[in-house]
Amino acid sequence: MLEVSGLTMRFGGLKAVDGLSFAARAGEITAVIGPNGAGKTTVFNCITGFYRPTEGSIVLTHPSGERFPLQRMPGHRIASAAKVARTFQNIRLFAGMTVLENLLVAQHNRLMASTGFGVLAVLGLSRYPAAERAAVDKARHWLDAIGLTERADDPAGALPYGAQRRLEIARAMCIDPVLLCLDEPAAGLNPRESEELNQLLLKIRGEGCSLLLIEHDMGVVMKISDHIVVLDHGKKISDGTPQDVRADPAVIAAYLGEGEEDEEVEVQA
Amino acid sequence: MSAALRDAFLSAVVALGLFGPMVGLVTTPTPNGLTLDPRPIATAVVVALVFFGRLLVVGRRSARARREEVSRNRALAEALTHAGRWLAPALLVVAVALPLTGSRYYVDLATLVLTYVMLGWGLNIVVGLAGLLDLGYVAFYAVGAYSYALLAQTFDLGFWTCLPLAGILAALWGVVLGFPVLRLRGDYLAIVTLAFGEIIRVVITNWVSLTGGPNGIVGIPRPTLFGLSFSMSGGPGTVAGFFGIEPTTLQRVIYLYYVILALALLTNWVSLRLRRQPLGRAWEALREDEVACRSLGINVTNTKLTAFATGALFGGFAGAFFATRQAFISPESFTFIESATVLAIVVLGGLGSQLGVALAAVIMIGGLELLRGFLSWMADQMGSDLFAGIASELPLYRMLIFGLALVVMMVLRPRGLVSGRTPTVALGARKEIAAELVAQGRG
Repeated sequence: MLEVSGLTMRFGGLKAVDGLSFAARAGEITAVIGPNGAGKTTVFNCITGFYRPTEGSIVLTHPSGERFPLQRMPGHRIASAAKVARTFQNIRLFAGMTVLENLLVAQHNRLMASTGFGVLAVLGLSRYPAAERAAVDKARHWLDAIGLTERADDPAGALPYGAQRRLEIARAMCIDPVLLCLDEPAAGLNPRESEELNQLLLKIRGEGCSLLLIEHDMGVVMKISDHIVVLDHGKKISDGTPQDVRADPAVIAAYLGEGEEDEEVEVQA
Repeated sequence: MSAALRDAFLSAVVALGLFGPMVGLVTTPTPNGLTLDPRPIATAVVVALVFFGRLLVVGRRSARARREEVSRNRALAEALTHAGRWLAPALLVVAVALPLTGSRYYVDLATLVLTYVMLGWGLNIVVGLAGLLDLGYVAFYAVGAYSYALLAQTFDLGFWTCLPLAGILAALWGVVLGFPVLRLRGDYLAIVTLAFGEIIRVVITNWVSLTGGPNGIVGIPRPTLFGLSFSMSGGPGTVAGFFGIEPTTLQRVIYLYYVILALALLTNWVSLRLRRQPLGRAWEALREDEVACRSLGINVTNTKLTAFATGALFGGFAGAFFATRQAFISPESFTFIESATVLAIVVLGGLGSQLGVALAAVIMIGGLELLRGFLSWMADQMGSDLFAGIASELPLYRMLIFGLALVVMMVLRPRGLVSGRTPTVALGARKEIAAELVAQGRG
C-alpha cells in the first residue's frame, strides 16, 4: 500500500528523519508513535507533500495497482490524484464557513469538473446543480457518521473542540481517500470522545480506507492499531503488532528511560 | 467628575497643538510676499468644541453605559444585515430612477459613484473573497482604458466590440502579474502588486509612441446605441435624429449612466453566482486556510490566478467605460491613490459584502462630493465677521472631516459597514456567520 524507504529529511544541519523505512498495508490502521521531537510530523509532511524529502522514496499503490511516487508529486496532486488525505495536529478548518461548506470545499475538484471551467455554471448551462446535490448527499453521509447533522449550518469555528476534530476527519474523507493520515486525532479529547473517535476510525477502516496515524494517546493506539512503527530521533526503533511493540525494551527505554538506564538498554538492543 | 475634567483638558491641549498651526495661522498674500496672521478666535472655538465634546462623551460613559453600547453595536450590526434584504432592492430602484431627476450634476456624480461601485465589486473578488491584498488594482483599470482607447482608434472598432477585448486583455495581465507573485504572501504580495500598479503607469507615461505619454489619448470614441451615435448634429444615424427629438448632451450622459449601471450589475451578478459555486467557495476557503486547501487537493495557484483574472476582468471593463466616458485618458488618472480609494471602499464596506461595498462607494465618492457642496453652502450662510475667516475656507476642510468620519466609522465598525458572512449553501435555514469567525486572509 504505502512503502517508505530510506526517507531522510534535513533542515539545515538538523536531520529530522534519518533513513526511515516502513510499510503500511492496505486495509489496516498503522500507527506512528514516538516521543516528542522524534520526527513523526515531519514524516507525515513528507508523505502528504508539504515537505520534499531530502532523500528516499515514498510509493503509494492503489488497490487498482496504479503506483504514485509521492515524493515527486506536487502537494495538491497527492490529495487529488493519489488520494491521500490528512488532518492537522492543530485543527485547520475553514472556521468562517459552515460545517456543510467545509465538506463541499473538500469535494472541490469533482464539483469544479461539472462547472465547465466555472463559466458555464455562471451562465446556468452546466450539470452543476446535480453535482452539488450529489456532493451535499455525500456530506450528509459523513455528517451522520460524525453526529453533526444538526449543526450542518453552523460555522465550523463555533463548534466544540471534539466536534472540530471529527469534522476535520469527515472533511478529509470527502476527498474519497485510499489513505487517510491523521496527526494526533485524539489530542485534547476526553475519554468518551476518544472512544467515539476509535469507533469512527474503525468505521473508516471498515469502508476500505487505510489509515496512518500519529498518536500520543496509547489507549487509542493500542486498542485500534493493526501495526505500529516507533520512531525516536528520526530513526525507527521498533516495528510490529501492538503486543510486540509494547514488549520491546527499546521502546520502553525511549519512552521512560533517560540517562544511564537509557544507555544500558541501548547497549542491550 | 474631576477625572472627566482632566481628560477633557488633555484633549483640549492635544487639539490646541494640532489645530494651533492648522487653524490658528493663516497665510495672506501681500505685496511684500506672504505674511502670517494669527487667528485666535477661530482656534479658541475649535479647542472649546473639543473640550466640551470630550467632557460630554466621558461624562456619559459609565461602565454600565459602555456595556450597553457594545450590545447596541451588535444590534446595529444585525439590523444592518437584515436591512440588506430591502436596502439592496431599494438602492437599485433609486439607481434606475435617478436620471428622472433630469439633473446633469446628479447623473454625472452617480456615474462616477457607479464606476467606483464596479471597481469595488471587482476588487472585492480578489481582496474580500480570496483574501489577497492587491494594492495595484488600478493597473487593470489602466489596461482596460488604454486597450479600449488604442483598439478603437487604431482599428476603428466600436465600444461594444472593444469592451470584451479590454476586459480579456486586463484579465490576461492579471494572470501575467499573478504567476510570479502568487507564491508571495501577505505584506510581500501587497508590495509587489503595488509595484506592478506603478510599473504599468510608468510604462504608459514613457511609451510615448504608443500611448502618447503624459499627453494621453484624446478623441476616444463615445459609445453608440445599436449603432446610433449621440452626436449633437441630430441628423440621420444619431439617436436624436432616429427618435425625432431635440439632441441634448443630457441624453448621452444618461445613456452612459445606464451603461455603467448595467456593467456594475453584471459584476455583482457574476460575483454572487460565483460565490455559490465551487470556484467562489474555493476562494473563500483559500482566505480561511491555504494549507488546508492544499491538503484537500485544491490547486492553490490556479485558484488564486482565477481570482486575480476575474477581478482584473471587471477592472478592465470599468477602465474601458472610463475611457469612453471621458473621451480622454492620461496616466494621471491611474495613480496609486485610485487603488487606495477602491481598496478603502472594499475595506470600509466590509470584506466580501456586496451591499457594504456599494454603500461605501456611495458614501466615499458621493458623500465627499455632497460634503463639498454642503460646506460651500454653509460658507455662504455664515456671513458674520466672527467666522468670516473660517467660512471662506470651510470647503477646504472637507478632507479633514471626511478622514475623521472614516476613523470614527472604523472604530465603531472595525470589520466594515456590513460585516459577517452569509453561507453559500445550507441544509436548513441560512444563518449569518459572525465576522469574528471569518478570516481576513493573508494572501
